[in-house]
This record gives sequence, structure tokens and C-alpha cells, in this order.
Amino acid sequence: MTATAYTRLEVLRTFRNRRFFIFSLVFPFAMYLLLAAPNRGETDFLKSGVSAPLYYMVGLIAFGTMVAVSAGGARIAAERSVGWNRQLRLTPLSVPAYFRTKILTGYLMACLSIVLLYAAGIALGVRMPAERWLEMTGLILVALVPFAILGIALGHLLTIDSLGPALGGITALFAFLGGTWFPITGSGWLAELARWIPSYWLVKAGRIGVGGEAWGARGWLVIALWSAVLAVVASQAYRRDTTRV
Amino acid sequence: MTTTAGPPQAGITLRELEKSFRGPAGPVRAVRGVDLSIPRGQTVALLGPNGAGKSTTIDLMLGLLPPDRGTATIFGGPPAQAIAAGRVGAMLQVGALIRELTVREIVAMMASLYPDPRDVDEVLALTGTADIARRRTERLSGGQVQRVRFALAMVSNPTLLVLDEPTAAMDVEGRRDFWAIMRGLSAAGTTIVFATHYLDEADEFADRVVLMAHGRIVADGPATEIKARVGLRTIRATLPGVPPESLAALPGVQGVDRRGEAVVLTCADSDAAIRALLGEYPAARDIEISGAGLEEAFLELTSDDGDGARPATLAGRAAS
Repeated sequence: MTATAYTRLEVLRTFRNRRFFIFSLVFPFAMYLLLAAPNRGETDFLKSGVSAPLYYMVGLIAFGTMVAVSAGGARIAAERSVGWNRQLRLTPLSVPAYFRTKILTGYLMACLSIVLLYAAGIALGVRMPAERWLEMTGLILVALVPFAILGIALGHLLTIDSLGPALGGITALFAFLGGTWFPITGSGWLAELARWIPSYWLVKAGRIGVGGEAWGARGWLVIALWSAVLAVVASQAYRRDTTRV
Repeated sequence: MTTTAGPPQAGITLRELEKSFRGPAGPVRAVRGVDLSIPRGQTVALLGPNGAGKSTTIDLMLGLLPPDRGTATIFGGPPAQAIAAGRVGAMLQVGALIRELTVREIVAMMASLYPDPRDVDEVLALTGTADIARRRTERLSGGQVQRVRFALAMVSNPTLLVLDEPTAAMDVEGRRDFWAIMRGLSAAGTTIVFATHYLDEADEFADRVVLMAHGRIVADGPATEIKARVGLRTIRATLPGVPPESLAALPGVQGVDRRGEAVVLTCADSDAAIRALLGEYPAARDIEISGAGLEEAFLELTSDDGDGARPATLAGRAAS
């Protein structure tokens, strides 16, 4: 079963929730404008060799998309709090179709976040060759897979009250460890740890925009491993999650 | 390759179902050995007070909870199979709707998940939700939410309809409409299982009443039979001067309570009791015969099994 109508209405619901929209899309976008616009004339920002608008664009894209793609977990927790997941469990909607819809809506939010940040960046003068835009976007979308699944897993594991702080804390931790705020360099244990964390590769995908290189095998492996492990956690959580909340 | 096990007329079978939950003071045995067979097309009321195990039994029946022991089958196969085939419609107890959709959209969403749904507009009209079809689900009153939840169960066009206290938040008009539709579905051959703690609902709409208390089935039969078994009728009469002992000796009478000039007889068989009463005491007047409340029936059936820690008590009573 393709569940087209179900997916369409779920997407519609996402768009109709203004608060959800604001927090998962407008925040990174507004932060970007606040940081980048005053320094739009800087062509060699902090001696990084790139302009301020580009520097902040790649800096915020990892965080913004990570928040947007995993925020769907809060919606799952809200559905559970009214018993909707139990209602769905009694329909022929298949588990894969349910997960597909949730991942798709998460990706839709992430894509909107990307479009907003790119558009703002271009408006502030960011320019790069088309193939670099494409490579950057493609790898960002791949690196978001574990975070989309993480959102679903948390949505089924936690209640609506605890999900907000948990999601905020976990994404902040991933952002920190992955080098969103401070670049990961050198060869210490922290740097080694970071290379096993999916957000590191998400950040690295964004850095293609500032002349970084695409992933080696390690990146693909880390993303695949995290996705697989989180998928097991999410499906276990989903299977167990049939009791009255 | 066989896709359905069991005979085609198989309905619902629950075998020795048991389920405990972890509670603050040790495990709570919510369901303690439930055996139940429901043939296709029957309308069955699961009657019992709060905490009797009705909702847990329904969750076990639908496969929403794994039983600690025992099995549940629907139409001869596991519950998941009947659900995947789109044959089960349900209105569960926790009663809110997801937000950000109109009434029509949420009903259409549910319809889209089933292989053979009813027409959305027809269901909206039938459940009295057509006039609020364009309203958002978060702007509905409690009674309207119940109607929409009923529409969600209806639109699936189910062979088995399971309802957990469906009328709990409905207004009087809503209840009347609801049961009128239920009658139609039942007449069309739909198997209906509903949990309730209203004896009159069970009495009026069910072919069969399954009475639950403390996680067990304590009585099972037609509603009138259940009432008779638990001494559910009282005769009230003005009859001064007759000692209670003489009244207690009348056939069908289980208890006598004198209240001034009036007497209240609790009767297992009120028909026999009223005949004998009028035969022996023609002076009795202001006679009222009424069905006693369900609470009294529960008290009678469960009075010495109150804490749920002595499962042998009821078995002992049943054997005696």
C-alpha cells in the first residue's frame, strides 16, 4: 500500500502547525540573517578565506537541517499523547508506510530549511559553481538520514513533556561533538570520537561550500551504521509502543 | 497456500488470557484468566466497573498488548491479520483527535487506509458530523469529538467493530443517534464488542452481556439472565406490621430491608416474589419494582474479592 492520501494529509498538517514551523525553520533562518547580514561586506571573514555570508551559511546549515529533520519526533509524541498511534495500529497502514511518511515530512522540513538558508545566502552575495551546490546538498541529505530516524525513535520512546528538552539537548550535543560550533581539527581523542558521529559528516558535507572535500568511505560507513542502529531502536520503540499513554 | 486459518464462521476467541502490569505496590493483575468465544454477528457488551479489566481485555483482543499467557484470535487468525485485512474498526477509550485537520480530512485520512471504506460524505451525514465537516479538529466540543471518533470507526466499513466506552462523553442526542446506527450495523451482520459501565446500555443493545470484575468474567449470558443471577431487582411496597423474617421466607426474595412502613425486598426472581407477596399480603400497596443499580450487582458479585489479591475466593464461590 502506498498510503498517498495519508502522506499528503500528514504533510498538510505539518504546514498548518505555525509554531512548529517557526521553531524548526525560522530560527536558523533568523539567526543566519542576524549573524551574516551585518558582515555581508567581509570577503575574508576571520581570515577563513571565505566571505561572512558563506561562512555562516555552511555553519548554520548543519544545525538548521538537523533540528528540522528530527523535529517530527515532537509531532509523534503529540500523536501518542492523544492515542492516535493506537488508532493507527488498528488500520491496515503498514509499518514501512508509516515510517516512510514520517521520514518524508521530516525531509520536507529539512529541505525547506536548506532552501531558506541558500536563498538568504544568495541574497547576501554567496556564489558557487552549480556542481558544488549539488554535491553539498546531496551529501547533506544523506547525512540527515540518522537524524530523521532519531526523531522518530525519540517520538516513540518519550512523552510529549520530556521530548522537547531531550530533542533540544541531543541535537545540541550532536552539534557540539560534530563540530558545528567549533571546527574539529587535530588528532586528539575528541577529534577521533567526532569522526564516528554523524553530525561530523553533516558538518563536513556543508563545508563543501567553503572548499571542503567530499566524504571518503569512512563518512558513508558512519552514516550507514548510525542509520541502521537507530532504525533498529526506532522499530523496537514503535513495536513496544502500543500501551495507553 | 492458506491465508486464513479456522472455519469461515469463526468470530473472536480469547483463551486463558492473562495480563499484569507493574504497579507501585507490585504487579497489578489486570486480566486474570479470560475465556471468551464470540460468534460472528453477535453484539456483546463487556460490562464492569472501572478497573474491571475491560480495556485491557480489549487491548489483548486487538493485539495492542501482548498477553502474559493465553491467546486471542479474530476470525480464526491472529488479530494483526484481521487488522491488516482492514476488517477491524475501533473506537478506543483515549479520546482525542490529531490536530491541524478538518473533520472531513481526518475521516478521509482514515478511509484512505482501508481497502473497502464507506463513502466519506455518507459517514459524515450518518454520524451527524456533516455540518462540522470543515471545522478543525482542535475546535470541537467533547461531544463532537466523540461523533468524529465514531465516524472514524464507521468509515472503515468493518466486519468487527470494537468500542471502548463509546458513549462516555456523548450527549443524550448523540447517544440515541449512536445506538440507532449500531442497531443498523448489527442487523447488517457486523460483529460488535463494546465496553460500558451502563447496565441499561448493555441491556438494551447487546445480545449478550459479559460481566467483568477484578480481571475475570463473573457472569456471561443474555442481559436479563445476568440481572436475574445477581439479584438485580427490588420490590418496594408499603406494608406495615409484617415482620421481615416472614417476607424473607417468600420465594425469590434474598434480602429484606424495613424502612418505616415500607419494605424493600431484594429479589433474585422478582416475578415469583411479587406473586407470593400479593398472594399472602393483599394489603401491600404503592408497589414499585425496579432493576437495581449495576453497582449493587457488582457489590454482590465481588464483595469479598475487593483487593484483587485473593483469586481463590471467586472460584470458591463458583464451586459452592
